[in-house]
Amino acid sequence: MQRLVLSLAFVGLAAGAAIAQDAAPKGDPVHGKTVFVAYGCWQCHGYQGQGGAGPKLAPNPLPYEAIFRQLRKPRGTMPIYTHVTTPDQDVADIYAYLQTIPKAKTVAEIPALNDIQP
Amino acid sequence: MADDGAPKVGRRGFLKGAALGGIAAAATPAIAAAQTPPNGGTGATGPRAAAAAANKAEPRPAQPVSTASESSQREEGLTYTSCGGDYMTDVLRSLGIEYFAATPGNTFMGLHEAIVNYGMLTTPKIRSLTTMHEEASVAMCHGYAKISGKPMACMFHTTVGTMHASMAVYNAYADRVPIFMMTGVALQEERRPGGVDWLHDATDGPALLRDFTKWDDTPASLTHFGESAVRAWKFSMTPPYGPTLLAVDTQMQEDEIPGGAAKRPPIPTLPRISPPAGEAGAVRDLAAMLVKAEHPVITADRCARTPAGLKMLVELAETLQAPVCDTTNRMNFPWRHPLSQSPRQGQLLSQADVILGLEPGDPFGLANRKNKEGAVRRFVKPDAKVVTISSVELYPKGNYQDLQRYPSNIDLAMEADAEATLPFLIEEVKRQMGAKSQYEARGQAFAKMHHDDLEAAKRNATFGWDDSPISMPRMCQELYEQIKGDDWSLVSDTNFQSRWPQKLWHADKHYQFIGGHGAAGIGYLTPASLGAALANQEHGRLSVSFIGDGDLMFGPGVLWTAAHERIPILYLVHNNRGYHMEIMQMQVIANRRNRGIDRLGIACGIDNPNINYAQMAKSLGMYAEGPIENPKDLGPAIKRAIAVVKKGEPALIDVVAQGR
Repeated sequence: MQRLVLSLAFVGLAAGAAIAQDAAPKGDPVHGKTVFVAYGCWQCHGYQGQGGAGPKLAPNPLPYEAIFRQLRKPRGTMPIYTHVTTPDQDVADIYAYLQTIPKAKTVAEIPALNDIQP
Repeated sequence: MADDGAPKVGRRGFLKGAALGGIAAAATPAIAAAQTPPNGGTGATGPRAAAAAANKAEPRPAQPVSTASESSQREEGLTYTSCGGDYMTDVLRSLGIEYFAATPGNTFMGLHEAIVNYGMLTTPKIRSLTTMHEEASVAMCHGYAKISGKPMACMFHTTVGTMHASMAVYNAYADRVPIFMMTGVALQEERRPGGVDWLHDATDGPALLRDFTKWDDTPASLTHFGESAVRAWKFSMTPPYGPTLLAVDTQMQEDEIPGGAAKRPPIPTLPRISPPAGEAGAVRDLAAMLVKAEHPVITADRCARTPAGLKMLVELAETLQAPVCDTTNRMNFPWRHPLSQSPRQGQLLSQADVILGLEPGDPFGLANRKNKEGAVRRFVKPDAKVVTISSVELYPKGNYQDLQRYPSNIDLAMEADAEATLPFLIEEVKRQMGAKSQYEARGQAFAKMHHDDLEAAKRNATFGWDDSPISMPRMCQELYEQIKGDDWSLVSDTNFQSRWPQKLWHADKHYQFIGGHGAAGIGYLTPASLGAALANQEHGRLSVSFIGDGDLMFGPGVLWTAAHERIPILYLVHNNRGYHMEIMQMQVIANRRNRGIDRLGIACGIDNPNINYAQMAKSLGMYAEGPIENPKDLGPAIKRAIAVVKKGEPALIDVVAQGR
């Protein structure tokens, strides 16, 4: 299981923050959510990209190029997603979906977390 | 050993006495005197016996056998007044064994009957618990031992029962947990009446489990049984702990004691067990390394066998102001202690100059990493000293690969029990340190790191907080909110919950967490949690457990045992509707073949139809709610379920949740 902990965050740093998010091709977030589920992204990253066995993807996803690169040439033990199983447009749609995921509540807004004392 | 072999009152006589004057425990003095309370454990008398006598959860006390026509039938040779099963029962309780779990089988009915009709009615009581699978019997013992610190007994049928039990035995072996196991065996052919009795027999039944039990024997007489039983208990409780197995002849269980009650064998004496501690010179060398180290790191795996182990590890860490990384196979170290640095283990090890591994399950991993192709690289500093204290290598076995890869970079391997060594190590560290405490700044830095990690975990928990399926941190925190004011005990692992309890909960007592499977054999969580809850019951602790949907379905009959035996526990079914780890792994394979994953549900899904776990639990006699899909419904459901548990009953909530 631990082998499946992915390295998207690391790859994101390697890709460099210089790549602007607006470099992402236009995507359909509704279809993106559909394929995010169909392609099993949620299995490791959660239905809202909040993370789980794999790292958090959203809100505020990494630059498109970093995610695209991780899908096509994954580091760590993440499954590879080639253009055969995951066309470029689907990647763009998934990215569009991740961008729509709203900002999380703050800790202060969640008593079950806010009440935790050191 | 005070028993002269002759019971002061025969069984029939005892039962008559009990019927007339209550439970007088006529046989108790001889039994109790045979054993010294072992290794800090409870003995056969005193508070434990009182607790057993007051056991409120005993569901169906057996009735004394009628003695009305004893004389006439005795004369005809149809009945007898002593039996091997009763003697065996007395041996078990002389060892402080309080519970006996079994799915019935006709090779051990002689002892099973004795437990029910003699052991449950005389003090100190042994309570018989009925399971619906031998794997459940063993796993219950597994969980029980990690809370109580001592073995529970279980027994299974020859061949088929042993085969059923095997997976749970391997889990317990790999988890270094003591269990007192027995199986029946009809050694003589005339005691195998029909075809199935031959199919259910083996000339060496324990052979099936020998690779992953600590010791086994097939005693040939009652005297031999007594000695081997005490030996089995002793071996089981000598570090490294492990399960032991006795194959007990059916005839010997069932028949009258040869020569009658007057020839009843004595019960052998169990000595106080002194676990193997580290050699003085090695302890001195290790202390010198730790005192001089600038960046020492302590990792603890199966270190704290007892509550004292946890306290001593705290003392060592605080003395050195050294970080502790707990690999979560035991409750080694308080989760909110400032020196608790488990999330930073990799980083700390890579920077360390001295690494101390306490009972490491994977000593190779302390200093080495390997890539996908298996190439090894040392990731710790070239001059870092790596020291292990482990009892596991005192009892190595081949075949099953529970030792992990060979650790070639260990500088000092202390072949000893870590917990037993800690007092000497602490003393030596303090002696070499002198009066000064030079590590204050180091401790302050770790306290800040711990605080930062907690704050980061809280922020990370907010993501997907209102999501459905319910997020892991939400599920864990909704439970914690309801139990944090109670004396709680988490009797399951947290691996499949991404360790959120360790990240967010306060836990500083040894019984508040028991680690995981041992060998990652699925089907452990539900019964092992129940066994642990059984051990918690007499302390009035609130037992809670996360179980997977896949794990539960390996043996859902455990829920019936929970209800039948009235063992208070709250199960939260982490229902991700699949064999989730396998889904993730098969994704890797399918996509490497460019086939996509859309058909993997055929192999790994637990859906279509979705299982209604609450309905299933209700049908087995348990309070249950669910499926809970809206996170807002979860807290109130848990609150209602806990009210049931606090009344002494089990409860289950089906939580439709994220994968991890």
